Amino acid sequence: MAVAAAVDEVPLVTSSPVTRVRDRAARDAVEVRLEGLSRHYGSVVALDRLDLTLEPGQLIALLGPSGCGKTTTLRLLAGLEDADAGRVIVGGRDITRMPANKRDMGMVFQAYSLFPHMTVRQNVAFGLRLRRVGAAERDQRAIEMLELVGLAEHATRYPHQLSGGQQQRVALARALAIEPQVLLLDEPLSALDAKVRAQLRDEIRRIQLEVGITTLFVTHDQEEALAIADRVGVMRDGHLEQLAPPTEVYSRPATSFVAEFVGLTNRLAGEVRDGSVIVRGCTLPLVERDTPNGQVVALVRPEAVTMASDGAPESGPLVGTVIAVTFLGATSRVTVDLGDARILAQFSTADAAALTAGSRVALTIRPDPVLVSASSDPAVSVAGEEA
Amino acid sequence: MAALTSVGETPIAAPAGRPRGMQAGRRRRLNTFRYVVFTLFGAFFLIPLLAMLRFSLEGAKLGTWSLSAWRQIASYQGSGIPPLLSSIEITLELAVITCAVMLVLLVPTMIWVQLRVRWLTRTIEVLCLLPLTIPAIVLVVGLGEIYNRIQRFSLSALMLFWIYVILALPYAYRALAAGLGGIDVKTLSEAARSLGASWFTVIVRVIAPNMRQGILNAVLLTFSLVLGEFTIAYLLLYTNLQVELYSISRNTPNAGVLFSTSFAALLFAFALLMILSYAGRGRRRSRG
Repeated sequence: MAVAAAVDEVPLVTSSPVTRVRDRAARDAVEVRLEGLSRHYGSVVALDRLDLTLEPGQLIALLGPSGCGKTTTLRLLAGLEDADAGRVIVGGRDITRMPANKRDMGMVFQAYSLFPHMTVRQNVAFGLRLRRVGAAERDQRAIEMLELVGLAEHATRYPHQLSGGQQQRVALARALAIEPQVLLLDEPLSALDAKVRAQLRDEIRRIQLEVGITTLFVTHDQEEALAIADRVGVMRDGHLEQLAPPTEVYSRPATSFVAEFVGLTNRLAGEVRDGSVIVRGCTLPLVERDTPNGQVVALVRPEAVTMASDGAPESGPLVGTVIAVTFLGATSRVTVDLGDARILAQFSTADAAALTAGSRVALTIRPDPVLVSASSDPAVSVAGEEA
Repeated sequence: MAALTSVGETPIAAPAGRPRGMQAGRRRRLNTFRYVVFTLFGAFFLIPLLAMLRFSLEGAKLGTWSLSAWRQIASYQGSGIPPLLSSIEITLELAVITCAVMLVLLVPTMIWVQLRVRWLTRTIEVLCLLPLTIPAIVLVVGLGEIYNRIQRFSLSALMLFWIYVILALPYAYRALAAGLGGIDVKTLSEAARSLGASWFTVIVRVIAPNMRQGILNAVLLTFSLVLGEFTIAYLLLYTNLQVELYSISRNTPNAGVLFSTSFAALLFAFALLMILSYAGRGRRRSRG
């Protein structure tokens, strides 16, 4: 919904400056490799021998909870911090010991980082000035970059005269103006309100595709990561749990942590028997087929929970009372009390229309491959964060 | 000045739900209190200044008016002391040198500490505030040996800048710290670094311009301190403006020039204050 609405609101950009910028800025996109990167803060391990490769022109989003090491990864790549061990290789060159100002990377920060004493145009031209680009060309390129982000008419304003979203767009223009090899985005949308965030997120993606620059995007917002990235890296305790396209991360999480962190997940008690898990009478295939037999907690997505086709029987392991129906637009989320547990289901709004709080409903679980959690607490029925 | 202005501009918040009559009465009482306080303090500061001005305009006969004391500023020469004008010149030069050295020492140091060695912040603060706690006589005794050596190379009163920089540290530090505290030094410097700026460029072209008001305040305080400093110069046997004025007052029966020069120094400091605060405000306005 938010994405669809935002598309119309993104300022349209005339093609000529974009083409010029793309022609100039899209040098051969480079590959970025992080090899065995480690970073400690005292006794705390922020990064633990991280290996990560960004293909040329690809946008990778690093996602994870606070303290998982995603920002540290980006700062090590930017040269703003030094690695304890490991290598940073950009375009085949080892730049591990290279200072930040020599790395040729554009960066957009979480906090507003425009220089307050400079106008928007001066901000965008700052990097070019350091590169001794002539005044006329500098101004022209600054204006082109501002056209790219739809803010050319604000060139003479000062940062405090812009909204938060506009400031971040100028910061993006400034980062791209120097035609960097790599674009680094450190939670650039987290200080913005929801509507502007969705708009700017799409705009960043559009510009990244236009320019074709290798990009690392750090965020704690899974919706942002899934919407914008070619591949999503889910991090935990300084290492990557999974690096895969967004659809794969969501539908085939590699670990129970990923399953629980990305999207909503029902945690249902089950029993593994010969490569399948039996959950409340439903036999579901396992992602990890070699899981030993025994009691487990199965991780089931709400959209895998459907209404039973045979109506609403009086009793059964998946029969319960509707507690709440949350309208989400095309779909609705239904919370059902099964007596000994609660389960979340996601139905089309048309199907959910007949349901109200207190009504009885019979459910079933679609036989998608599921992960099982090592957790020994099957009493908890719903986990995960709001997507 | 700024403090007085802002007091006048502070809106008085009226508690919700109070009867209008009580609010009006309270406002009247507050206004009366404010005017009384301003009048008393204004009189406290202005009466001596007006008296000084009147004395500086005293003619040869008591009760007459004359500009001769003001004309003498440029030409006065007491017996056994340097010309007044040279003392004024040397004091102004001293103020400029002290400001320059203070800025060169303190601004990069404070920015660097903020950026790279934040754990040193408290130490630097204590070191900078230390001169406030040391009496001038103790400073002179402590630095006497050093000045004995300095005087082997130069007898110029300009050498006082070493000790004046130390004296100005507490005031300049507080002003600069306030300026520095108002900006996100870490993010701005990292943004500049990622765009290709060296550390020198970060400090000179990104951070320092954004602590402009703090720098102007530090300059003003340092300048005022040097213009009015007497004790250390006198004890170390140097002649600056204040020492010269003291000598004139001891040797000259008609000390009109004493008042005209002192009043001129005050006017100069006041003009400087106006220029600096106007410069700061002008910048804000142009951005606003």
